[in-house]
Amino acid sequence: MLRYIGKRLLQLIPVLFGMTFIVFMIVRAIPGDPAKIILGQQATKEAVAALRDSLGLDNPWYIQYFHYLGQLLTGDLGQSIKTGEQVATEIFPYLAATIELAVVAMVIAIVVGVNAGIISAWFQNSWFDYTAMILALIGVSIPIFWLGLMGQWAFSVELGILPTSSRFNSRDPVEAITNFYLIDTLIAGRFDQFIDVVKHLILPATALATIPMAIIARMTRSTMLEVMRADYVRTARAKGQKMSLVVYKHSLKNAVIPVLTVIGLQTGLLLGGAILTETIFSWPGIGRYIYDAISSRDYPVIQSGILIVAFMFVMINLIVDLLYSIIDPRIKYD
Amino acid sequence: MTSMTPELNPKSSKAKARSPFQDSLRTFRKSKLAVIGTIIVVFFILLAIFGPLIAPQGINEQNFKLKLQSPSSEFWFGTDVFGRDIFSRVVLGSRLSLMVGFASVAISIIVGSILGILAGYYGRWVDTIISRFFDILLAFPSILLAIAIVTALGPSLFNALLAIAIVNVPNFGRLIRSKVLSIKEEEFITAAKAIGMKDSRILFTHVLPNSMTPIIVQGTLAIATAIIEAAALGFLGLGAQAPAPEWGKMLSDARVYLVNAPWTMIFPGLAIMLTVLGFNLMGDGLRDAFDPKMKN
Repeated sequence: MLRYIGKRLLQLIPVLFGMTFIVFMIVRAIPGDPAKIILGQQATKEAVAALRDSLGLDNPWYIQYFHYLGQLLTGDLGQSIKTGEQVATEIFPYLAATIELAVVAMVIAIVVGVNAGIISAWFQNSWFDYTAMILALIGVSIPIFWLGLMGQWAFSVELGILPTSSRFNSRDPVEAITNFYLIDTLIAGRFDQFIDVVKHLILPATALATIPMAIIARMTRSTMLEVMRADYVRTARAKGQKMSLVVYKHSLKNAVIPVLTVIGLQTGLLLGGAILTETIFSWPGIGRYIYDAISSRDYPVIQSGILIVAFMFVMINLIVDLLYSIIDPRIKYD
Repeated sequence: MTSMTPELNPKSSKAKARSPFQDSLRTFRKSKLAVIGTIIVVFFILLAIFGPLIAPQGINEQNFKLKLQSPSSEFWFGTDVFGRDIFSRVVLGSRLSLMVGFASVAISIIVGSILGILAGYYGRWVDTIISRFFDILLAFPSILLAIAIVTALGPSLFNALLAIAIVNVPNFGRLIRSKVLSIKEEEFITAAKAIGMKDSRILFTHVLPNSMTPIIVQGTLAIATAIIEAAALGFLGLGAQAPAPEWGKMLSDARVYLVNAPWTMIFPGLAIMLTVLGFNLMGDGLRDAFDPKMKN
């Protein structure tokens, strides 16, 4: 197992280098002179030339790339042009906001998706099965930014029961400790604020959860249908075990592998989808951070932001791969 | 054989009449969802072709006296802030979304096929380089990579199309590579090599035609994703630009009128959802009928 982890980590190295190279080249290809953008419209030619020189922008691209790599390896993610802050420190609250949103979304997707899939399989061809599977089909086809807008319209504008946007009530701001507000409000013992944070999370997290929820429901259903016909399930039933126990203890354990695969694959969609969800709900997450940086041509932020999200995606997929062997010991690695 | 011994299998004459393709087609036709999907897709293709004949107005006919009118018998889907007929814009927008869907997937298939065939057929260092390149592209969440590419190329519908095409290349490349790897071992390829056929001819007359089924299945599903991605880029202001009636762009323009004129965002969104649903249903049906192994 340890050897496998080591091998996977080694394989990751060229991919990570390739990623830095692609991001570097893309950001260099963005039209506009970074030096001019840093100094503003009124800057003199001399000032621009001096800054270009000190930033190393006149060097050939490969020297710039190796310089950038060197910085990255020492943990230096660069400095935001807009705020002047170090990206490595500035990015943390945004990252926390996205992780909180994505984790809540994934929990919703798994809880609803797995249960809907089980019930659908259990009552195959019932009205519940049909409704759930039609909803799942629509779920994978719905643009999440549209779903988010419709949610805002229905629950905020028309019904007025949920807030339209942001992470908390601006009149009663949450005191950031870990930047995960669900945790921070509990640490501070502010249960009223906790409820408020939950309310702010419902719409964006549900919008973000829709696609993975639909896919997990479909996968769980088809796997459960297969597993429920297996001999050992019939034996358990014959021994007089309750169906609910059979389903949740025996079958589900076997259905977990494909679901785990979906979770791994969907994390990328979730992280990508976060950009759209965060735009709609003014959620101060990493997607929003990168998007704002694109609008203001804040190169270091674009570069590091994209890299961090891609890095998270790669790591989550690695963890999912490793989890396979823990959950199902039949899977062996060489 | 079967024609010589008909008495052994009374159904043989019936079975002989149907090729594997016809069998698959029958399975496809029997699936209600696949048929519904195909009907939706054909409907939107017809809408895209005959849009100018159906739409009562052009894409940019403004009339400020009639701005933000709710849906009525005159304006089926209402009007937007410039007094433009939303029904006309949604109808004419089908052309843009389908164009991006088909064109970007076509580019991905062509580039992916070339790279996949090279990697699978020649193996060794060619395979290593191309496969690692695919790994790297797949390491990015696709919409994020598309956003980055469009940022570098400049926001426009064409660049959005290109970005979506680039992002999807590795999916097709990998598919074709694995197909080539399995076909390469088949006896008819060995035979073709033995009689001295050139590599390029083997690739184009044997390998590629035998990889078509999974490409078509994957392609149909990819069109659905491409349409959503194009709408997402349009929504973020990185795709189609005003006054193009691109559905995603229409949604982002409509956001401001969420409270006063929700119809401005209901209909473009419904259009995206229906089109994508159509391609998804059709793709699922094609997969089940023509390539059941791909199901898992």
